[in-house]
Amino acid sequence: MHLKHLRALAVLLASLPVSLACFASYDVDIMTPVTPMSRDSYNLHWGILWVCVAIFFIVFGAMFWSIFKHRKSRGAVAAQFHENTTIEIVWTIVPFVVLIGMAYPATRTMIEMKDPSGADMAVKITAYQWRWEYDYQQDGVKFVSNLATPRDQIENYDGPGAPKNDNYLLEVDNPMVVPVGKKVRLLITSNDVIHGWYVPQVGVNQYGIPGFIKEAWFEIDRPGIYRGQCSQICGKEHAYMPIVVDARPPEQYEAWVKEQKAKMPPPPAPAAAPAQVAAAGAPAAAAAPAGGAPAKPGATLTLAELKAKGEKVYMANCSACHQPTGKGMPPAFPALDGSKTVNGPKAAHIATVVKGRPGTAMASWAHLSDDDIAAVVTYERNSWGNKTGDAIQPAEVAAARK
Amino acid sequence: MSTISPAHDDHSHAHDHDHAHHGPPQGITRWLYTTNHKDIGTMYLVFSCAMFFIGGTMAMLIRAELFKPGLQFFNPEFFNSLTTIHGLVMIFGAIMPAFVGLANWLVPMQVGAADMAFPRMNNWSFWLLIPAAILLLGSFLAPGGAIASGWTLYPPLSVQQGISMDMTILAIHMLGASSIMGSINIITTILNMRAPGMTLMKMPLFVWTWLITAYLLIAVMPVLAGCITMLLTDRHFGTSFFNAAGGGDPTMFLHIFWFFGHPEVYIMILPAFGIISQVIPAFARKPLFGYASMVYATASIALLSFIVWGHHMFTVGMPAAGNLFFMYATILISVPTGVKIFNWISTMWRGSMTFETPMLFAIGFLCLFTIGGFSGLVLAIAPVDITLHNTYYVVAHFHYVLVSGALFAIMAAVYFWLPKWCGRMYNETLGKWHFWLSMIGFNVAFFPQHFLGLAGMPRRIPDYALQFAEWNMWSSIGAWLFGASQILLVWNVVATIRNGKPAPQKPWEGADSLEWTHLPTPVPYHTFETAPVIK
Repeated sequence: MHLKHLRALAVLLASLPVSLACFASYDVDIMTPVTPMSRDSYNLHWGILWVCVAIFFIVFGAMFWSIFKHRKSRGAVAAQFHENTTIEIVWTIVPFVVLIGMAYPATRTMIEMKDPSGADMAVKITAYQWRWEYDYQQDGVKFVSNLATPRDQIENYDGPGAPKNDNYLLEVDNPMVVPVGKKVRLLITSNDVIHGWYVPQVGVNQYGIPGFIKEAWFEIDRPGIYRGQCSQICGKEHAYMPIVVDARPPEQYEAWVKEQKAKMPPPPAPAAAPAQVAAAGAPAAAAAPAGGAPAKPGATLTLAELKAKGEKVYMANCSACHQPTGKGMPPAFPALDGSKTVNGPKAAHIATVVKGRPGTAMASWAHLSDDDIAAVVTYERNSWGNKTGDAIQPAEVAAARK
Repeated sequence: MSTISPAHDDHSHAHDHDHAHHGPPQGITRWLYTTNHKDIGTMYLVFSCAMFFIGGTMAMLIRAELFKPGLQFFNPEFFNSLTTIHGLVMIFGAIMPAFVGLANWLVPMQVGAADMAFPRMNNWSFWLLIPAAILLLGSFLAPGGAIASGWTLYPPLSVQQGISMDMTILAIHMLGASSIMGSINIITTILNMRAPGMTLMKMPLFVWTWLITAYLLIAVMPVLAGCITMLLTDRHFGTSFFNAAGGGDPTMFLHIFWFFGHPEVYIMILPAFGIISQVIPAFARKPLFGYASMVYATASIALLSFIVWGHHMFTVGMPAAGNLFFMYATILISVPTGVKIFNWISTMWRGSMTFETPMLFAIGFLCLFTIGGFSGLVLAIAPVDITLHNTYYVVAHFHYVLVSGALFAIMAAVYFWLPKWCGRMYNETLGKWHFWLSMIGFNVAFFPQHFLGLAGMPRRIPDYALQFAEWNMWSSIGAWLFGASQILLVWNVVATIRNGKPAPQKPWEGADSLEWTHLPTPVPYHTFETAPVIK
C-alpha cells in the first residue's frame, strides 16, 4: 500500500514538468526569429548570455568557495594582503578583450540593420492613438489596422468576462500582409505621440515620431503570422494597439493586393460637385445599404443609415475613451452624452473630429473616410441622451477638411 | 527613528555643561529648525522610508492588476499613472533621499568634521522635499488624475496630460534644487572640512563615492530642470522645442532627458558602491583589496556615464554610427564595474568572514547587482537591444540594479550603522529573516520578467496576451512577498530604537572608519568639535 502511494507520488512528480509544459506557457526564450537580422540578434543574445553565465559561475564560484572556506566560524584568520598591480591589470584587460569579442559581431549586425538599400517595396506606417495605418507605396493599398479583441474579453471588472481568444490582444481586423523573400522598407511615423512599431520575430522595433519619418526594413523568409505590439507608452490604450504581420508567398501577396484595391473607395474627384449639391439639402434619394460599402457619390443618406454605420465606427474608434455609453472618463476623456460640442453647431463637432483638440488626448481623425466621420458624428448627435436629429452627410465632412 | 533619545540623552547631559545653548530643542521645532546633520539625516531617512512604502504600495497595486490577463481593477489610464508615479516616487523620493540621508549622517563623521558645511542650507534642502512630495502625490487628486506618461515624460504624450503634469514639473524642480543644494553641501564639507591628516586618499569609500556622485548631481540636475522647463513652455507658452510642427523635435527631449537620465542611474548606484566597499571589509576583517583602484573605477564610471545616454534610444532611429558609438561607450562601463566586483571578492578572499545582516545584504547586492550588470551588457549590444527595448527584460534589468543594487545597499547601510546612530543593537534574527524573504521575494518577482521580455511583453501595459500569464502570476506573488517582508525592516528598526540592547562603540570587529574608532555609541548630538588628527 505504501508502495502504491509512493508510485502514485512519483508519477505525479514526474508528470509535473510535463503538465506545466502542456497547460502553461513558461516561455524562457526569444521567439523564433524569421528574418536574417532577427536571427543575428538572436544568436548574438545567446552568445553573450553564455559568456555572462560562464563569467558568473567563475566569479561567484570563487566567492562562494571563499564564503564557505574563509569564515570565522571555521577558524579562518584574516590575511591582510591588498593591492596587486599585476592582477589588477589582468582583470582590466581580460574583460576588455571579451568586450571586443562581443562588439565585433554586434557591429556587423548593426550596420546591416541600418542599410535599407535595394528594397523591393516600401510601406509607410503611421501610428495613431491607438491604431496603425499601413500605406503600401508601390501597390497603392492603404488601410487602418485596429485591435480585433472584443471589449467584453478585456474588461473583467465584474467577473471573469467572456472567454479570451487564443490571440487575445494580439489580433487585428486588417493585418499587414507582406510577401516572403522580399526586402520591405518601412517608413515609420506617427500622427500624435511617440509609438513603437515592434514585432519581435521580425526583428524590428522602431519608434514612430510625429513629424519625422524613420526607416527600418525586414525580409521575412518563412510564411506565417507574426505578432507584436506598440512598444512605447502612448497613452491610455497603449496595450491595445497590436501589430500583425502576415507573410505570404509572393503570388498570394499579389492576389491580396488585387483584392484590397477592389475594396478601396474610388478616387473622389469627379464626385465632389454633386456631393455638395446633396449637402445643400437635396431630398433623400437612393437608399444605400446601412453600415455597408461606401455610399454612392452624391447620395444623401438617411439618419438611420448613418447611425447604424456610425455605431460601428464609434465602437471601433471612439469607445475606448468616450466609452460605449458615451459617458467618457472625465475629465481626461469627456462625456459625449450631453456634451456641449455634440449638441451644439454641426460644424464645430465635425471640426473637432477632423482636426482634433491640440493639447488634449483628442487626436485628429482625419484618416477616417468622409463616410465614416459623417456616420460617427451622426451617431454621436443622436445617441444616448443626445437628440439633435441631424444627419451629417459625407460632403459636409469633405467641406470641413478644407 | 525620531527618538534617537533615551541612551542619547545621557550623553547630551554630559555635554550640556559647556554647550547648553547647543543641545537639541525639544518637540517639533527641533525638527523644523534643525541645522544638525544627524537630525537632518534622520529626517531624510524617515522621509525616504515613507516614500518607499508609498511607492511600494503602488507597485503592489500594479502587480495586482498584472496578476491575470484582462482588466480586473483599474482602468488603463490609472494603471499608467501608477507606473509613472511609482517610478518617480522610488527614484526621487526613496532612493535619492535615502542616500542623501546617509551622507548627512556619515560624511561629517567619516571625515572628522563637526557638521555639514552649510547647516541652514541643509535644513532647507530637506524641507523642500515635503512640498515636492505633496505636489507629486497630490496630483492623483487633480482633474484627470496623476500623470500617465511614464516617468520619462516623453512629449508629445506629456504635452497631452492635464494639470498634474505641471504639478509634477514643479515637484521635480524642487527635488532638483534640493539635490543640487545637498550636493554643494557635501562637496564643500568633503573638500574643506576634513580633519588634519585626512587626505583625500584616506577617506572612506562612502565619502569618495558621494563626492563623485555630488559632482554628477550638480552636472545633470540643471539639465533635467532645463528639459522640463522646455516641456512646460511647450505646454503653456506656445514654444515648439519638442513639436515638429513648430520646428522642434520630440527626439531632442529624449536626448536631453537621457543626458540627465544616465548619470542619474549612477547617482543612484555609486553611493551604494561606497557602502558595499565599507561593509564587506568590516565583515571580512580584512582591508579593501584595491582602495586606489576603487576610487579610479568610480571616477571612470562617472565620466563614462556622460557619454552613454544614447543607449536608451537605440530605437529612435539614430544612424548606425550613433548607435555604435553609444554601444561601445556603454559596454566599456563594464570594465570599471568589473574591477569593483573583482575587488570586493578579493577582499572577501582569505578573510575571516561572519554573516550578520549587513554582510548578507552586501553579498545579496554583489550577486544580484552583477546579474543586473550582465543584463545591462546584453541590452548595451544595440542589435539585441532593438529586440528587447521597452520590454519586461528592461524592467527586470533596472530593478536588478536599483532594488537589489541601490536598495539592498541602503538596507545594508541601515543595519550596519543603526547601532552607531541610536546606540542600540537591532535584532539579528529578524534582520536575517528580512534579508532572506527579500531575497526570495525579489528574485521570484523579477527573474521571470527576463523571460517575459525575451518573449516580447512590452512594459507599461495593464493587460497582456495569454502566453505571458504564468510568469506574470509568479512575478506578482514574488512582488507581494518582497513588499510584505519590508514591514520586517520597519518593525526591526522601530523595535531597536525603542528597546534594543545597548550597542558597544564598535559592534563590528573589522569596521575602521572614524565613527567607529573615534566616537562613542550612540554618537553625541555634536561630534568632532575639535577635529581629530589622523595619522
